[in-house]
Amino acid sequence: MTRELGKLLESIAIPVVALLVSLFLFSVFVSFSGANAFEVLGGIYRGAFGSWFSWQNTLVRAAPLMLTALCTALPARIGLIVIGGEGAMVIGGLFAALTGIYLDGLNPLLVISCMTLAGVITGGSWVAAMGALKHYRNVNETISSLLLNYIAIAILSFLVLGILRDPATLNNPSSYPIGEANMIGDIGDTSIHGGLLFGLAICIGLWFLMRRTIYGFAVDIVGGNIRAAQISGLPVGKLIILTCFLGGAAAGIAGVIEVAAVHGRANLSLNAGYGYAGILVAFLARHNPIAIIPVAILLGGIRASSGLLQRSFDLPDATTLVLQGIIFIVILASEALYGRIKWFQPKVTSNA
Amino acid sequence: MGKENINKVRRSVLKALAAAGAVSVLGGMGASSALAAISKVKMGFIYVGPRDDYGYNQSHFEGKTSVASMKWVKAVDEENVPETIEVVKTMESMINLDGVQVLFPTSFGYFDPHILKVAKKYPDVTFLHCGGLWDAKKHPKNVGSYFGYIDEPVYLSGVIAGHMSKTGKLGYIAAIPIPQVLRNINSFTLGARSVNPDITTNVVFTGGWANPVKEAEAANSMADQGIDVLTCHVDSPKVVVQTAEKRGIFSCGYHTNQSVLAPKGFLTGAEWNWSKVYSDYADMIKNGKKIPNLVRGGLKEGLVKSSPYGKAVTKKAKADAEVVRKKFMDGSMIVYKGPIKDNTGKTVIPAGKEYTQTDIWLESMNWLVEGVIGTTKG
Repeated sequence: MTRELGKLLESIAIPVVALLVSLFLFSVFVSFSGANAFEVLGGIYRGAFGSWFSWQNTLVRAAPLMLTALCTALPARIGLIVIGGEGAMVIGGLFAALTGIYLDGLNPLLVISCMTLAGVITGGSWVAAMGALKHYRNVNETISSLLLNYIAIAILSFLVLGILRDPATLNNPSSYPIGEANMIGDIGDTSIHGGLLFGLAICIGLWFLMRRTIYGFAVDIVGGNIRAAQISGLPVGKLIILTCFLGGAAAGIAGVIEVAAVHGRANLSLNAGYGYAGILVAFLARHNPIAIIPVAILLGGIRASSGLLQRSFDLPDATTLVLQGIIFIVILASEALYGRIKWFQPKVTSNA
Repeated sequence: MGKENINKVRRSVLKALAAAGAVSVLGGMGASSALAAISKVKMGFIYVGPRDDYGYNQSHFEGKTSVASMKWVKAVDEENVPETIEVVKTMESMINLDGVQVLFPTSFGYFDPHILKVAKKYPDVTFLHCGGLWDAKKHPKNVGSYFGYIDEPVYLSGVIAGHMSKTGKLGYIAAIPIPQVLRNINSFTLGARSVNPDITTNVVFTGGWANPVKEAEAANSMADQGIDVLTCHVDSPKVVVQTAEKRGIFSCGYHTNQSVLAPKGFLTGAEWNWSKVYSDYADMIKNGKKIPNLVRGGLKEGLVKSSPYGKAVTKKAKADAEVVRKKFMDGSMIVYKGPIKDNTGKTVIPAGKEYTQTDIWLESMNWLVEGVIGTTKG
């Protein structure tokens, strides 16, 4: 077995086994709460992937998670634990809405492009600021990103309840609409909005950037050993800020899509917890942008199946949260197995 | 662009075909199904928070449980559904998989754009939204809204609070300054000031419907300022009522009955009576009656009620509140009767002018009454 193949097999086999172990533990939990575990697992499958309707349901939920996961995954590659996806998404969505309201009436393609650009710049700068604080002032990026989430939400509610508020939105305060013409529609005849294409394209693009370019290699060096990177003359500060910017930009686009494909305006529903769910996706995908796609679909599927579990088995919504929690813990624990299972290791050959 | 245009054309052709299909189905059997009685009524309920939040979501869950106990009703529900595309999917799933005839998405944020979007796609399903204002000019015919004049029992809570407060300072912890919240704050204050004209109500807006940390902070700081009766308008009053009990001050509940959370200090509260609303709707569907697009009502219609009085409430306070309740029940009580000034000194309702509960003007309220300390800016 070559080294490459062994690594690939290992990185597929370990998560799959971990997933099976999680499902087993979850079945035990479900049995104790009085439901038939096989039926419940069948229900999760039907609700998530059992029909074309379920698939659409799953994919539409997976789309924002792909983008917010990148906000944790990219900085993690350079050694930072950033949990600011929620804030970047809120800020990106807010400024996208502002741009849309201001430019409404121009060519819709131009308006959507400018909205996306606004989301990229504001969401990106939001997280880049955390990278800069870390690099120049040694502020812990996990804490600053968490606290900046609250500030982002406060800015959103200040503007949406204040100067941006459309007086016609009485009991659900919202900004003025961006205009029907500027909305992103569904893909073909499905009920999946165009946000999924953004998610897929950006995950693949950033995978290429992180794994196949000199920039990505440099990021991995800084993430591996920052002292070594400094000694070898890499521009560590710039790399940190740029990587944080890219992560924040991805989350910002998630906000743009919420505004342009779902709500049509900015309101407090932008703060729906996708940023926090994205952290889970990033860790499960081991911060690999391409692995984020299947993990986001898996998690989207679990969330999509919650409705069916509640309605068919009378289980609380927390059931799927328990499943998510079990998967998270088992997968994190399985990280310890990498490089320890002999079968995947290449035979040591000496080329003396 | 070219490709997009083709897609658009294709989509509108498909839509036209689907519409034609729907029309032919209606022509074939629509007439009979609209009039004939239905043997099994299927209803779907959607909540934005947990079913057991001691608050707004629980009040709807209690209504659902009560209507589901009837043999000819099948009710399904889902909790913790965010106000995003997820509620769209939940509604479609209930329609396609459970075959519901009527949906009750209960959170304010579900209405525009989510309910309006799905309602256009499924013209045979009825969508009834809690709290929204249905507008015949703008909204689809298969959409409606229902809400109770909960400020009536809130006014009664105010009367009780006015009697029980020793410091003359009341506290109101509210989510965001929207008309329905402002109306409750104003009615509570007017109720209290009908007993003691010098009483004041401090208002804190937490900025969100479920912010337990800020709610606890606000409750504690109000207790520190000498406020001795707390009430709230957030999704779950649990934290506020429990904090008041811990600090040894009184509390008035909201949404559901919270007396078990504060056996000493709980006075009374304003509750929804959704089981009445939901069983009325179920009856209408069963008997093939036309469902009204706008349903409103207060104490008299049984849409809202007061929580049982707590131990601490004095006889005098109870007697006073019951007099007012009687006036609500016979329709002679008018809360918004001039002269009423707002808390900036401006006259908002001149002497001689009255707004009865059904007046839509009250549903766009954007001022706080004299005696409230706080601003509508949040």
